[in-house]
Amino acid sequence: MLKIKDLYASVEGMEILKGINLEVKPGEVHAIMGPNGSGKSTLANVLAGKEDYEVTNGEVIFEGEDLLEKSPEERAKDGIFLSFQYPVEIPGVPMVNFLKTSVNEHRKHKGLKELTAGEFLKLMREKMDLVDMHTKLTNRMVNEGFSGGEKKKNEIFQMALLEPKLAILDETDSGLDIDALKTVANGVNALKSPERSTIVVTHYQRLLDYIVPDYVHILYQGKIVKTAGKELALQLEEKGYDWIKSENGN
Amino acid sequence: MSVLVDKADLSLKYTAHYNEVKDELFANSSDILNAQRNKAFQNFVLQGIPTRRNENYKYTNLNPAFMPDFKFIHTKEEKKADLGEVFRCDVPQLNTNLALVFNGWFYKNETEKGDLPEGVILDSLDSISKERPELLEKYASLANVEEDPMVALNTAFAKDGFFLYVPKNVVVESPIQIINLLQDKKDTFSTQRNFILVEDGAKVQVLLCDHTLNLNQYLNNSVTEIFAGNNAEIEFYTLQNQHNKATNINSVFIDQQRDSRVTSHTASLHGGLIRNNLQFALNGENAEAHMFGMAFMDKKQHVDNFTQVIHAAPHCESNQIYKNVLDEKSTGAFSGRIHVVRDAQKTNAFQRNNNLLLTDEATMQTKPQLIIDADDVKCSHGATVGQIDEEALFYLRARGINEDQARLMMMNAFAHEVVKEIKLEPLRDRIDELVNKRLKGEVARCHDCAYQCDC
Ligand SMILES: Nc1ncnc2c1ncn2[C@@H]1O[C@H](COP(=O)(O)OP(=O)(O)O)[C@@H](O)[C@H]1O
Ligand SMILES: [Mg+2]
Repeated sequence: MLKIKDLYASVEGMEILKGINLEVKPGEVHAIMGPNGSGKSTLANVLAGKEDYEVTNGEVIFEGEDLLEKSPEERAKDGIFLSFQYPVEIPGVPMVNFLKTSVNEHRKHKGLKELTAGEFLKLMREKMDLVDMHTKLTNRMVNEGFSGGEKKKNEIFQMALLEPKLAILDETDSGLDIDALKTVANGVNALKSPERSTIVVTHYQRLLDYIVPDYVHILYQGKIVKTAGKELALQLEEKGYDWIKSENGN
Repeated sequence: MSVLVDKADLSLKYTAHYNEVKDELFANSSDILNAQRNKAFQNFVLQGIPTRRNENYKYTNLNPAFMPDFKFIHTKEEKKADLGEVFRCDVPQLNTNLALVFNGWFYKNETEKGDLPEGVILDSLDSISKERPELLEKYASLANVEEDPMVALNTAFAKDGFFLYVPKNVVVESPIQIINLLQDKKDTFSTQRNFILVEDGAKVQVLLCDHTLNLNQYLNNSVTEIFAGNNAEIEFYTLQNQHNKATNINSVFIDQQRDSRVTSHTASLHGGLIRNNLQFALNGENAEAHMFGMAFMDKKQHVDNFTQVIHAAPHCESNQIYKNVLDEKSTGAFSGRIHVVRDAQKTNAFQRNNNLLLTDEATMQTKPQLIIDADDVKCSHGATVGQIDEEALFYLRARGINEDQARLMMMNAFAHEVVKEIKLEPLRDRIDELVNKRLKGEVARCHDCAYQCDC
């Protein structure tokens, strides 16, 4: 599904990713962990197509196609979904307009008929239940006045609406209390299928109790320095990030 | 015969013209209008055509706009067609009472009678000033010829425009719509003088649509005086949709008495050069003024909103939101003066100007000015000039919305804060649609324009 080969990326002339290799197969859940500043969000943003980041080397193949050539909107419609670490507020753009446009853009891309307002609202209600989303939020402007937790929930709600092939969750767990964390995890798990894959970027292992990864990678200073099964997350929790830092000569 | 003239010559040209047509103007107009003419023209000469040297026109030089050899239309011309049918600024389901001002002259809508309540007058200023002069006692009392050369010039040339009178306690249910058309075979200078008198407890909504019907050069200089009596309520909408060779100078003066509420909306969709002077005088306690403006400019278009609010009585509130979207090489200016006079305690005055620049070449000047001579007041102002938020744009794109559409959503969102304040729902929907078209780069024109001009 996704193949990242020797990927280097920099921002403002500073090299952040220094040779990432990663393969994600259909149905797999990969966790990416690592200390702050190691480049996790950079990787997520590069995959989603953020233009601030310059890819200086390497390639990314998604579903057999060169991902890096595509615009962010094409990537999204091809099935890549980024749950943002810091979702932005967009005053003046109503949630419902935004979501309907987004869903219909995806549908057009797949050759499906666009949903009418009524059909869309029905779909929306269905997905709202899934992640326990309130109309008090969907009646607002995009993320406007949402709490940190509500913003994260909104990301998962959008994911449920768009049903991506590959979801990249960038620290969706941070700032969530345990109940919200469970709701988010339930949303993610509800979408799980043999075709869909997930990359869970997280700082802590607690989310991985609910979204169980097939692989855990540790990203440090722009490189994947360790890859193992889910036990790696527990090990990391126990030993702390200093363990990784000392092993890598810091 | 068009020779390049310097500034002094240009003023002389207008002086020569005034002297030439003066007798005819005096002969054909009412005493009320004539009483102001000579003094007004002297004031125009004293002040000159506004250039950047005039502090109030710091961001707008009108000299080039006066250059063409304009035709003046000082007498009413015969209607060339049934104007009611010619053009309709189509506002769906807006059951309007329609009237037309053509090159500055008022024409009644003969085809549809409308449903104005008993006692309400919508007519020509020229005829009312002759037939019912008592209704025009306050003529030229707000528009001060000593303070603005364009007001002076308008008063010197004033002949016609629309007159609206709403008697005490009368509520006009359907909005009144006035369509201002500019159309002539020659480059034309049009003068329009309007007068609105809304008595105590009366209520009315007025919509003005400014249009040009061909590609000639136009200079439209209009002055509107509005009087809102005690507890009167007025909503006043101006939709400016002209072409790139049109200069639109639009001065509106409002006097508000006790407990009155007046809302002004100015939507500038198209125009070569637009200057809006808007002055509110809050002369009675508890008066409330709301001023909203939005402008969408591109190419080398220029828009300048110059607002003044005079808080002359205690316990009044004024609120201003002006937003501009400037594309390509367009330029914009906003100057907002709030003057709270001594003893106008408990004043609440709020002002905000936000601007979105879509290119590096577009420029915006914004200048708040607060003069506060009372001590117990709440006053705030703020201005921003910025680009489209790239983070937000990426967020939308990351959800599959293509870049153009995402930009459009962001621009609409920017304008929406002002659009949503339009209380007249069909008009709001219509403006939403026009704004959306404008932002998409489609020419935002009325659907039913019989003259399919590509201007
Ligand atoms: N847009 C940006 N501009 C400048 N520096 C950035 C930008 N994005 C990330 N960085 C830098 O890149 C490094 C990696 O950041 P990030 O990918 O956010 O790490 P993580 O998500 O692992 O905490 C940090 O040093 C950060 O300051
Ligand atoms: Mg991060």
